Amino acid sequence: MATKASRSAARLMISPAVVLLLGWMLIPLCMTVYFSFLRFNLLNPGDNPFVGWENYRWFVTDPSFSAAMINTLVLVGGVLLITTIGGIMFALLLDQPMWGQGLIRIMVIAPFFVMPTVGALVWKNMFMNPVNGIFGHIAQSLGAAPIDFFSSIPLLSIVLIVSWQWLPFATLILLTAFQSLDQEQLEAAEMDGASWFNRFWYIMLPHLARAITVVILIQTIFLLSIFAEILVTTNGGPGVATTNLTYLIYVSSLLQYDVGMGSAGGVIAIILANIVAIFLMRMIGKNLDA
Amino acid sequence: MGRIALKQVQKSFGDVTVIPPLDLEIDDGEFVVFVGPSGCGKSTLLRLIAGLEDTTSGTIEIDGTDATGLPPAKRGLAMVFQSYALYPHMSVRKNIAFPMKMAGMDQAEQERRIAAAAKALNLTDYLDRRPGQLSGGQRQRVAIGRAIVREPAAFLFDEPLSNLDAALRVGMRMEISELHKKLDTTMVYVTHDQVEAMTMADKIVVLQAGVIEQVGSPLELYRAPRNKFVAGFIGSPKMNLIEGELANEHGCRTIGIRPEHVEVSTTEGQWQGTVGIAEHLGSDTFIHIHGVPGCDPLTVRADGEVSVRHGDTVFLTPRQNLIHRFDDNGMRIE
Ligand SMILES: Nc1ncnc2c1ncn2[C@@H]1O[C@H](COP(=O)(O)OP(=O)(O)OP(=O)(O)O)[C@@H](O)[C@H]1O
Ligand SMILES: [Mg+2]
Repeated sequence: MATKASRSAARLMISPAVVLLLGWMLIPLCMTVYFSFLRFNLLNPGDNPFVGWENYRWFVTDPSFSAAMINTLVLVGGVLLITTIGGIMFALLLDQPMWGQGLIRIMVIAPFFVMPTVGALVWKNMFMNPVNGIFGHIAQSLGAAPIDFFSSIPLLSIVLIVSWQWLPFATLILLTAFQSLDQEQLEAAEMDGASWFNRFWYIMLPHLARAITVVILIQTIFLLSIFAEILVTTNGGPGVATTNLTYLIYVSSLLQYDVGMGSAGGVIAIILANIVAIFLMRMIGKNLDA
Repeated sequence: MGRIALKQVQKSFGDVTVIPPLDLEIDDGEFVVFVGPSGCGKSTLLRLIAGLEDTTSGTIEIDGTDATGLPPAKRGLAMVFQSYALYPHMSVRKNIAFPMKMAGMDQAEQERRIAAAAKALNLTDYLDRRPGQLSGGQRQRVAIGRAIVREPAAFLFDEPLSNLDAALRVGMRMEISELHKKLDTTMVYVTHDQVEAMTMADKIVVLQAGVIEQVGSPLELYRAPRNKFVAGFIGSPKMNLIEGELANEHGCRTIGIRPEHVEVSTTEGQWQGTVGIAEHLGSDTFIHIHGVPGCDPLTVRADGEVSVRHGDTVFLTPRQNLIHRFDDNGMRIE
């Protein structure tokens, strides 16, 4: 199949698909970049003059921008921390032989199938609501004042909800990694006098390194663009306490009808996501080669 | 020290009894080989000794003290696994150091033992490599190195050579034998290869379905197999077991004669048959002979240069004093 003729034929035949995909990706991207240099507000129709970097300057110097950056970092970092550590612990538990294993595994995986909006609303109304929520009831029955999650610890509440959604993913990947660990290695370590903790630390964790890398990479990409959970619970508030970059772009372009500003934010988000991706690939991509 | 005694040791997995109650004594410094067909419980027995499986009943004593309930690490035994079970993310040096690190041994002493083991096993140039960058034989040596540095009371080997190619296997077989001579430590070695068993063992334990069929030195087993199973298992090619008329002449149910104890002649002999397949090994020729009543084919060993063709008629004469006789239960008759 690797003759010159077949290769050029192959190139010719995949070219329509490549062109289509490229167009699909490039046209919206180019339009976003183009809009980001215009003064383009839907509330002031008319001509849309070219204004250079003005949109970018306004977007970046907006006090909510730095808040949104920090919130994004806290959100991504917090969820990554909870899901990887929690995922390792769940995977360890689920790897033990126990009664009703199949059912328990399905139940642990279940949150992943719940739509983000639905999941967030369930948490908001049934768990975290200070009056009707279960946490409120528990607090009251213990004689404590119920916590109003979304006004006193808004960002942490979002982190909790998103972690709940992503924990199954981490657990699933890490569980399969655990199952691929050669039992003889563990037995050898046991013979070598390693305690359970030492076996975990020196044998299991290094074996999991690659799976953890995958979990972090994939989750980071998705967590940078968390939106629905914020929209249905806090609307980015109180103030800008739970506004992340995605939500800020939504606020600029759809609530303030400022297409130019929104596009500028979008371009910044794309650049940031790429920086993070390159950084992550560099840092932990090594893990994937070995 | 490394005396191991199994007393009425039994092992079941659920309802399935893999090892019915069994007694076995292993003396200090002995090289004991467990041999038997696949699935007969050799690995299970070894793992019971190692402590990786719990006994269902019975006691295991190591150096006279009851070790039945002790965790593997406390038994002072080292095990070499079939898959080597090296730690893939650690260098060879770290692999070998691991048991000493777990024991909290002094750093200088660790270095000294690693150097000594590496020298003994020809691993000095590979200490900084990962297991993935080593050949099968080298990995095997690392696994042995990891076992040696602990200076255990006994070594347990579970088919350590079965992943190696034939030439390497012969080499490693000698290395392990030499290691045993040098260290003079008890070694328990599991294999299903009877050549390994014959060449390495001080004492062979033949197992079938979890039952010990016979215990003895390689030559004892070769000369006087206790029953038909051992007779067929020890020796290569297998002993010919002949039933019927020819056996009745010797007043028993079955007679056995080893291929190397039959004279082949083209002119005269006691039995007559036709040549089937002849395997020319250079030094010897193994001839499969058809037409001898009660055993088809009958294998004989002839000279390497013997010229027989498929379909030739040959005459066979067994050496009378080397015929083994077995009764109705397959047990040896003296
Ligand atoms: N964990 C287990 N659960 C149930 N049955 C088992 C278990 N481990 C081993 N067995 C059974 O015990 C018997 C003996 O197994 P074992 O591994 O000791 O055989 P072996 O002699 O080492 O064979 P091989 O030469 O193929 O390695 C087999 O029939 C096997 O199916
Ligand atoms: Mg086995």
